[in-house]
Amino acid sequence: MSGVADSTPGDLLLGSRGSRLFGRVQRGGVLLATASTVVVFGAIGYLIVTAPGWAKVQKAFFNADVFAASFPDIARALLVNVRIFVLAETLILVLALGLAVMRSLPGPVFFPFRLMAVAYIDFFRGVPGVLVIFLLALGIPGLRLQGVSSDAFLWGVIALVLVWSAYVAEVYRAGIEAIHPSQEAAARSLGLSRVQALRFVVLPQAVRRVIPPLLNDFIGLQKDTALISFVGVIEVFRRTQIEAGGAFNFTPYLVCALFFLAVTIPLARLVDFLAARDRRRQLAGTRAR
Amino acid sequence: MTLSTALPTPAGPGAAEALRVEGLHKSFDRLRVLRGIDLSVAEHEVVCLIGASGSGKSTLLRCINLLEPIDAGRVWIEGVEITAPGVDVDRVRRRIGIVFQAFNLFPHMSVLRNVTLAPRKVLGLPRENAEARASELLERFGLAEKRDEYPDRLSGGQQQRAAIVRALAMHPDLLLLDEITSALDPELVAEVLDVIRELAAEGMTMVIATHEMAFARDVADRVCFIDEGVILEQGPPAELLARPREPRTQRFLQRIVSAGRL
Repeated sequence: MSGVADSTPGDLLLGSRGSRLFGRVQRGGVLLATASTVVVFGAIGYLIVTAPGWAKVQKAFFNADVFAASFPDIARALLVNVRIFVLAETLILVLALGLAVMRSLPGPVFFPFRLMAVAYIDFFRGVPGVLVIFLLALGIPGLRLQGVSSDAFLWGVIALVLVWSAYVAEVYRAGIEAIHPSQEAAARSLGLSRVQALRFVVLPQAVRRVIPPLLNDFIGLQKDTALISFVGVIEVFRRTQIEAGGAFNFTPYLVCALFFLAVTIPLARLVDFLAARDRRRQLAGTRAR
Repeated sequence: MTLSTALPTPAGPGAAEALRVEGLHKSFDRLRVLRGIDLSVAEHEVVCLIGASGSGKSTLLRCINLLEPIDAGRVWIEGVEITAPGVDVDRVRRRIGIVFQAFNLFPHMSVLRNVTLAPRKVLGLPRENAEARASELLERFGLAEKRDEYPDRLSGGQQQRAAIVRALAMHPDLLLLDEITSALDPELVAEVLDVIRELAAEGMTMVIATHEMAFARDVADRVCFIDEGVILEQGPPAELLARPREPRTQRFLQRIVSAGRL
């Protein structure tokens, strides 16, 4: 087992037992892996560039001039998505924790609260996010209520918060349920109240455990920020459409995709790293005993 | 004091009663674990519960501090009924320490924080006071150097001693020990049992579920043999362990002897 315990973050790319990004590559296998990669990707590349329509596709999707011209505007528009993301994620982490705690409350007295939490989670996990965005961002301003904002950005963010809180609540709940009941028993036996046991003993351990799946949901949310474009907010995807329409060329979509990848791939690697570290810690803990 | 006089206090008349249990019943679904436990423990008395695995020793301890809801029966601590309706269970529990077989330390906190959590959050002690008191206790039980370590860096014996310190930090009137050496490697058992001997010598009232018969003989004022959810036989250790009256007690002790544990 020492191979796992001794692996470093660098092993992620070389493929230790902790991560299988590139499969398991032994020292002598690196050469073979390189050769295999060149052959496979070479073949795919060859297939694409020798396709009958390649010349047209190249002009429409890989135009260097359009790429350079649209890049700065799309980069600026991405900041809108970052704002949506940061704002929504902060609210989601709070609301989802509340929902998860509500759903985990024991005893018959709390039944209505559990029922509410379950109903909420079932509803918002079951409805397409884009529908909720439409209903809120177009429907609520349509009511023309006094003092109620008609800002599409605001209602779009609220819609994302409502939908993603349902997913994230389930992640939290899994974490809470993974903490052995003996931990709560130990806390209660010392005189801590149920709320104190939850706050000081159960939740800190639960949250630590679910950080990798939480980050995974961050990635999903990051992509979903583009949905807000449908209600008229000019964020990165809408800006890309405008650029593409103006240039009569699809290259801006490529730029947009690259921007999303630039955000989500580091997040994905972070998830892998944290998950691998957790595994190592657990193994180390087992061995210490 | 609303005590009935049905049970004699074993330490003799006049000794204050630390714990009294009457007619305690507890079932898990259809499994009847406790079927009418009557037990009285005097202040400064050490009572060992012995019996086969599954006889109900652990369940009894968990019922005494109300970690398990009981089906029937009454429990008094220092003459106050804690099973009466309207009793604040959290207030009761802070007066009863319990140490578990699996330690149940909080893995995300240092040893020091494990020990100071309840004094700070339950008793409202300022941090400096709680830490000073905790450091004193940790020092006394040979854990001074481990105060800033996390539990998974400690040996089993050290973890269990830390758990004992955590319970003692609340100044309990009564300490319940639930097979606290069963999860330990044999060479680590002695260091934990020595701590308990020391506490017994100081007059700590304790109810101890244990499989260590030699330890029970050594430390207990009284041994209770639990069988099928009732206390079948009880008495001073020298008497009960050497000359058990009940055939089932005899059979149990024979098995222990042939397993080399007495």
